Amino acid sequence: MLSLNRKTKGEALFDLLNNIGMLLICFVTLYPIWYVVVNSLNEGVDGMRGGIYWWPRIFSFENYMGVFRNSGIMTAMGVTVAKTLLGTVLHVFFTAMVAYAFSRRELIGGKIYIFIGTVTLFFGGGLIPTYLLMKDLHLLDNFLVYIIPVMFSFFDLIIFMTFFREIPDGLEEAAEIDGANDWSIFVRIIIPVSMPVIATISLFHGVYQWNDYFTGVIYMNNMDLQPIQTYLYRVVAQSSSNQMVAQIPGGIGKTVTSQSLKLATMVVTTMPIVFVYPFLQRYFVKGMMIGSIKG
Amino acid sequence: MENMRPEPPRRHWLRKLHRQRHIQVMALLGIAWIILFNYVPMYGIIIAFKDYRIIRTIAEAPWVGFEHFKAFFEDDNFVNVMKNTLGISLIKLIIGFPLPIIFALFLNEIRSLRYKKAIQTISYLPHFLSWVVLGGILTTWLADVGIINNILLALNLIKEPISYLAEPDYFWGIIITSDIWKELGWSAIIYLAAISSVSPDLYEAATIDGAGRFQKMWYVTLPSIKGTISILFILAVSGVLNSNFDQILVLRNALNESASNVIDIYVYQTGMLSGRFSYSTAVGLFKSVIALILLLIANSVTKKLNNTSLF
Repeated sequence: MLSLNRKTKGEALFDLLNNIGMLLICFVTLYPIWYVVVNSLNEGVDGMRGGIYWWPRIFSFENYMGVFRNSGIMTAMGVTVAKTLLGTVLHVFFTAMVAYAFSRRELIGGKIYIFIGTVTLFFGGGLIPTYLLMKDLHLLDNFLVYIIPVMFSFFDLIIFMTFFREIPDGLEEAAEIDGANDWSIFVRIIIPVSMPVIATISLFHGVYQWNDYFTGVIYMNNMDLQPIQTYLYRVVAQSSSNQMVAQIPGGIGKTVTSQSLKLATMVVTTMPIVFVYPFLQRYFVKGMMIGSIKG
Repeated sequence: MENMRPEPPRRHWLRKLHRQRHIQVMALLGIAWIILFNYVPMYGIIIAFKDYRIIRTIAEAPWVGFEHFKAFFEDDNFVNVMKNTLGISLIKLIIGFPLPIIFALFLNEIRSLRYKKAIQTISYLPHFLSWVVLGGILTTWLADVGIINNILLALNLIKEPISYLAEPDYFWGIIITSDIWKELGWSAIIYLAAISSVSPDLYEAATIDGAGRFQKMWYVTLPSIKGTISILFILAVSGVLNSNFDQILVLRNALNESASNVIDIYVYQTGMLSGRFSYSTAVGLFKSVIALILLLIANSVTKKLNNTSLF
C-alpha cells in the first residue's frame, strides 16, 4: 500500500542519508573555525604542543589581552573601522544616486551612459595602469585610496537600477506635484523605500571593505594607515610575527606566542562580520536574486 | 494643457534637458567617475606597447610594438605560468562549478524549513571570512604540528609530518579545496532561489508518474534551472582566470612557486615588485584577451546548447 503521507523505505533512506550528508557539510564548515577559536583561547606556550581540538587545555584570555594592548593591531583596526564605515556609506549613496539617474527612462543620453558603464564590466586597465593612475592622483599613502576608487560600481548600479525601476512612478509624481526636485525625491522618497537593496549593497561593500587587504599592500607604505587585513597578511604570508609580539607593552607576553597572538587577531578581525551578517541575511538573498535577473 | 501646438523639435529637446538638469548632474557625476577610474586605466594599457619608465609620461615613452609580448612568450616562466593559470582554473571549473548545484539540489530536499535555514546560514559563513584569515587558518591546519599531520600520523598513514605549503605537489589541491570550502554555500544561493520558483505542479505530475526523488531532481528540477546554470557558467568561465589572486597571494611562498605562479601573481611580481611596468602590463593584457576569448566561446556554446546567452 502506498499512502500519500507515509514515506516508502527508499524515501526514508534517502532522507536519512541526505540529513547525514548535510550535517557532515555543516561540521566541515564550522570545525576549522572552531579550532582556531579554541586554540586562541588556550595559553600560548602550552598551545605550541598542539593537540587542542575541542576545548582549551589551559584556558586563557592573555592572547586577547595581547591583541588589545598591541599598538600596531589597534591602529590597523581603527583604520579598518573607519574605511569600512565611510567607504560603505559613500559607495552606497553615490552608486544609488547615479543608478537613480540612470533608471529614469526619460534621461537624455541614458542609453549611451549605460553603454559606457557596461563596457567596464568586461574590460579594465589592469594592475599597473591603475597603480599609475593612483600615483598621478596622489592617492598613494593616502587614506582616500580606500574610499574613492571603489566609491562606485557598475555591477551594484545594475542591482539598484533594477530595484528602482520597480518603484511605482506615482510615488515620484506625487512628490513632484508637491514641489520636490529630483534631489529631494531621491533623498526623501527613493532612499527610504529602497532599504532592502541598500542593506544588501551595504553588506556586500562593507564585507569587501572589511576584508580587502590588497589595496593596503600595494598603495600603502605608511604602516599607520594600513588596515587590519593588510597587517595580518604581512604576519601570515611574510611571517613577521615576532614584530607582533614586540609591539605589546611589557608585563604580558610570557605566555603569549606569536602564533597564539595571530590566532586571537584572526578571531577579533572576523568577529564583527560574524555578528552582523545573520541580521542582514534576509536582505542579501533577495539582493542576490535582483542582481541575477540582469543576465 | 495650455499649449496644444507641437513645439519646434530643438526647443523641445532643450526644454526637456533643462527640466531634467538635476538628474543629468547625478548621471554625469557617475560618468565622470567611470571615465576617470575605468577608462583612464584602459588608456594606460598602451604602455604595453611602449617602453614606459616611471620618470617620463605615457605620451613621451617610445613605441616598441609587440616587443614585451614577445619577451613574455620567450620567457622561461611562460610555460609554467600558463600551466598554473589554466590548470587551476580548469580544475576549479570542472569541480567547483557543479558542486554548488548538487548541494542546492540536495538541500532543497530537506523537509524541515528551520533545519534547512540553519544549514544555509552555516554554509554561507566562510564566504564572509577574508582570504587573509583563511590563509591563517590553513597555515595553522597544515603546519608540521598541525591537525592534518597529527591525524595522519595517528592513523599511521604517514611516517613523518609533511610541510604541505612547502610542497608544490599539494598546492593546487589546497587552493581548490579551500576555495570550494569558502564559496560552496554562497554560490548555492542563486540556484536555491531558482529552484524555489519551480512550479509545484511539475513535481506532482512527476509523482503521479511514479518518479522517485532522484528522478524528480534529474527530470524536473535540473531542467527547470538550466537557464540560471547557463548564465552562471558563462560568468564563471569569463571570470575564472582572475578569481584566485587574493587567495594565492596569501598562500604562495618561495618553495611552492613552481605550482603557485599564475598570471596575476606574475603581473604583480614583475610590475609592482620588480618595476617592469610595460612588460607586466603586456602580460596582464594578454590575460584579458584570453579571458575575453573564453567569454565569447562560453557564450556561443551555451547559446547553441539551450538558447541562453549573456549577449
